[in-house]
Parts: sequence; C-alpha cells; structure tokens
Amino acid sequence: MTLARAAYPALALLALLSLGTGASGIGPLQLLTDPEGLWLLAVSRLPRTVAALLAGAGLAVAGVIMQMLARNRFVEPATAGTGEAAGLGLVAVTLLAPASAIWLKMLAATATALAGTAGFLAMVRRLPPREPLLVPLTGIVYGGILGAATTFLAYERDLLQYIGIWMNGEFSGVMIGRYEYLWISGGLTVLAYLFADRFTIAGMGRDMSVNLGLSYGQVMAFGLFIVSVITALTVVTVGMIPFVGLVVPNIVSRIRGDNLRHSLPIVALSGAALVLACDVLARVIRYPYEIPVGTVLGIVGGAIFLWLLHSRGSRGH
Amino acid sequence: MATRLLLPALLAYLVAAALFLTWGARGDWGFVLAFRGEKLAALTLVAAAVAISTIVFQTITANRILTPSIMGFDALYLLIQTGLVFALSGVGAVSLDPLVKFGAETALMLAAALALFSIVLRGAGDLNRMVLTGIIIGVVFRSVTGLMNRMMDPSEFTMIQSATFARFNAVDTRLLWIAALVTLAAAAALMARARELDVLSLGRDAAINLGVDHDRAAKRLLLLVSLLVSVSTALVGPVVFFGLLVSALTHRIAGTFRHDVLLPLSALLAAVILVASQTLFERVLGLQTSVSVVIEALGGIVFIYLILKRPVR
Repeated sequence: MTLARAAYPALALLALLSLGTGASGIGPLQLLTDPEGLWLLAVSRLPRTVAALLAGAGLAVAGVIMQMLARNRFVEPATAGTGEAAGLGLVAVTLLAPASAIWLKMLAATATALAGTAGFLAMVRRLPPREPLLVPLTGIVYGGILGAATTFLAYERDLLQYIGIWMNGEFSGVMIGRYEYLWISGGLTVLAYLFADRFTIAGMGRDMSVNLGLSYGQVMAFGLFIVSVITALTVVTVGMIPFVGLVVPNIVSRIRGDNLRHSLPIVALSGAALVLACDVLARVIRYPYEIPVGTVLGIVGGAIFLWLLHSRGSRGH
Repeated sequence: MATRLLLPALLAYLVAAALFLTWGARGDWGFVLAFRGEKLAALTLVAAAVAISTIVFQTITANRILTPSIMGFDALYLLIQTGLVFALSGVGAVSLDPLVKFGAETALMLAAALALFSIVLRGAGDLNRMVLTGIIIGVVFRSVTGLMNRMMDPSEFTMIQSATFARFNAVDTRLLWIAALVTLAAAAALMARARELDVLSLGRDAAINLGVDHDRAAKRLLLLVSLLVSVSTALVGPVVFFGLLVSALTHRIAGTFRHDVLLPLSALLAAVILVASQTLFERVLGLQTSVSVVIEALGGIVFIYLILKRPVR
C-alpha cells in the first residue's frame, strides 16, 4: 500500500519537472504567465510529458501481459521480436507504398507485430518448460533475425537512417499533433485492466484456465492483440524503448504479487514514471542537446535487468 | 585421421581462394592479384580468428552455444574503441597512428575482458543465465557506445561510425600485417596447448582431477581469445553469429574432441565459407552489402535450431 501512496506524488513531481525542463530558457514562472511560455507549454512540453507517460504505462502493461501469456518472467515486447516485427512491417510498407498515410503504416506495423509475436509464442511452446531463461534467449535471437531482415531491406534501399529513428526511442520530436495515436495505447491499457482477472488466470496455464471456465484461446488472442497494438503504436510514434516492460513488472511483482487486478495500476504508474524520469535525464545530461530515451533506458534498464537476473538466487522462475 | 579431414578442407580453401583471385578479373594481372590478394589475406585472417576463438571459448565454457561475440566481446571492443576516441578528443585521436590506436585498444580489451568475463564465467553453473547476462551486457555496452557517439564531435563520430557495422568487403588493410602477426602467434600458442584444451573439454571437475589447474588455464586461454576477437573486430567490425555457424559445422564434420584437428579445421572451414560467399555475392551476384547480413542471419537460425534441438536435461 505504501508503494501506491508514494507513487502518485512521485509521478506528479516528475511530471512537473518534465514540464519545466527544456532547451528554451524560459523560467518556471514565465511558463504560466507569459503568453509565449503558455504556448510552449501547450505545444511542446505538455504533449511530450503526456507521450512519455502513455508510452511508459502502455509498454509496462504490455510487458506484464506478455509475461502472463508466455508464462515467463523475462519476456517483454522488446525481447520477443514484437518491436522488430513492427519495424519490419514499417519498412515494408515504406518500400511498397512510400506515400501512404501514417494510419496505414501503423496498420501494417500492427499486423506484422501481431504475426511476429504469434510466431514467437508458437516457438516458445516447443521449448522445455523447465528452462525458463531459454525463452527470452530465443526471443532475443528471433528479434535479431527479424532485425537483420529489416536492416537488409533498408541497406539495399538506403533507408538505414529512416529506420534508425524507430529503432531507438526518442521523444524530442513529440509535439501537439504528432503523438495523439498514443492515446489509443492509453485506452488499451485501461481496457487491459478490465480484463485483468482473465489474464491472471491465463498466466496459470491452459489446463488451469480451462478448468476454471475460461476460454483460453480467446484470452490469448485478446492479449496478443493488446500487446501488439500497444507496441506497434509506440514504435511508430516514438520508437522502440527497451526494458520497460521487463524491469517494471518484475519489480512490482516482487512487492505486490501476481494478481493483476491489484498490481496492474502500479505497473502502469511505475512504467510511466520510469520512462518520464529517463526522458528528463536524457534532456539534462547534455543540456541543451538531447540523448534518445532508448539509449538511456538501454543502460538503466539493462543494469536493473542484470540485477534482477542475478539477485534471485538460483531460481530464475 | 587428421589428414583425412584437413586435406579436403585445405583443397576447398585453395579452390575458393583461386576463384576469388581470378573470377571476372580484367586488366593488369599484377594489380588485380595484389589488390585481391590483400583482401583474401584479410578475409582468411578474420575467418581464422573468429573460428579459433569460438572453438576455444566453447571448450573453456564447456558448451556449444556460447561464443565470444554472443557474450558481448565485440560490443566491449567497440565500447573501448569509442571510449578511447571520446577520452582523447582533446589531444587529437583523429590523427593517431592506426597501429598505436590498435595497440592501445587491444591492451585495454585484454584487461577489461579478463576482469569482466572471469566474473561472468564464475557463475557458469547455469548456462542460460550466463548467456542472457552476456547478451544484456552487450546491450548495455552498445547503449553506452551510443551515448558516447551522441556526445562526441561529429568529425570524430565519422571515424567511429564505419567500425560499428560489419563489412567483409571493406576490410581495413592498414592493420593487415600486425593482425596477421597477432593471429598467427595466438593460433600457434593455442595449437601448442591443444592437449590441454582436450583435457579442459572434459569439464572442470575432470580436468582438475587429471591435474590441470582449470581456472588458471581458462584465464590464460581467455586472454588469447580476447586477442583474436580484437583482431577480427578491428578488421571488419562486429560479427555475432558467424563463429557459432562455423563451430557447429566443425563439430558436426569432425566428430572428434581433439583440438589439434578441430582448430585448423575450423579455421579452414570458416575461410572457405567467407571467401566463397564473398566471391558469390560480390563477383557473381553483384551485390555489395549483403554478405555479412546473410551470414549473420544463417548463424542466427543455427542458434535457434541448436537451442530447440538441445537434449532436455
């Protein structure tokens, strides 16, 4: 309980910090009094803060659902090829129909993300259940192969720079009118909460789910849909952000257990806080220039992941 | 037995090399042979370095799935390379002699690899955890490298940029002589220890039982492995799954534990694969960029195959 109580003020503080941080030298008071400051707030700072919150919450929730579906703690969209599959779809549609609208690109990315994640889950089912760390390992290599295909296509057509934008998440391009698709991801996060109990039961395995009267296949398909759409939306609007879906659910589950009805709000809040904190850090570390939030999270999240991996003693599952 | 395996491999290599040197050549033979010979030497060196380092690394860690590059050795080398340029930006790293730079990088690499990986390998009981740790360490290294790239001068960045993407057709030939020397020395040192490697491949307990100081031997061998990785990364950039492809093939073909056969055979096989595919892609198909991507994708598929087919313990 104390965690939840501490989370809200912390998040509010971070949001204020994010609103006050940026390259323009406008002071905190001027932001609210000066018309130029207000304009800046409405067009750039507020959208950016909201985008970071939505993306963080969405990725953390997608991660926890993925972990329930694959029944493995070390899985998330970035270690299951979902992000790479979305990128592949994006490059494919860019090559086939360069002038297509952004919603069409998003649709293509979602479709390939769905197919890629379904392929991963099919592969995971063939792995021996007693070796849980094999699952993320296979996922990372699988993602690597999908990424190699993307690189191949992009290199031959001189699109490397173009895909680089999506492969490394960054919020510096977020302005009003450029991030609104992320609200869909926010909506799906709320929707996931409504179905939290079903995901919890699905996380106990097929036999248990069927035994408890749950349509296992439907829940799997629905979960897959949520994970793929959230990931594809995030990749297309801000780019891939690694480790959020992995470290946040793991830490929350240590404190609050695995009943999603209880833990999902905290997962979403902590994910939002983590991404926002890293984004603020990315803005101040080399002020006034910026560093992609994906790079910052690659270091911070990777370090936390290594700690998680080795602090569990010999259990690992 | 050794000749039965090594002779065909040597022949295949000679054929591949001859094709590489002569296919589609026009004009002055003196120039063509010198130009292509340099490339051929570089490719062979890289192939031998990757193959031998992978086989030895797999023997030390007693499994067939780990390779130095999967464990993040390449990423470490790139990090050191970038870090050096970053740290020396004031004193003009751009104008530094490539030989001096290579020497400094390799020395740092040896120290860092030894410190880092003897820690990681200490927890060798759980293979999956170790591999995952290696991969994540690689991600962290690459992120730190990316961070430094963002923070450095654009003109210095262009110097680093070409190093971060594997290219077999644009080998850095300035380093060829020193690389050849290092590779040959390391390979000779490893061949001299072939018997010790045979014993190590029995596993830690059995090796100690037979009178080999496992930890000391492993450390010394890791040094040689790091040296070979530095050479191949410096010449062509990071290649992740090529070593795995080669070692899987070598073990499949050789069917022996004897390292005095395994080491030269793996080097020859790797050279055949690299030279033949380079000939095929560059000369026959006319593609410039694809060799590394195709070989990497193949190696990745081999990796997944090996994992899925592994006997369940």
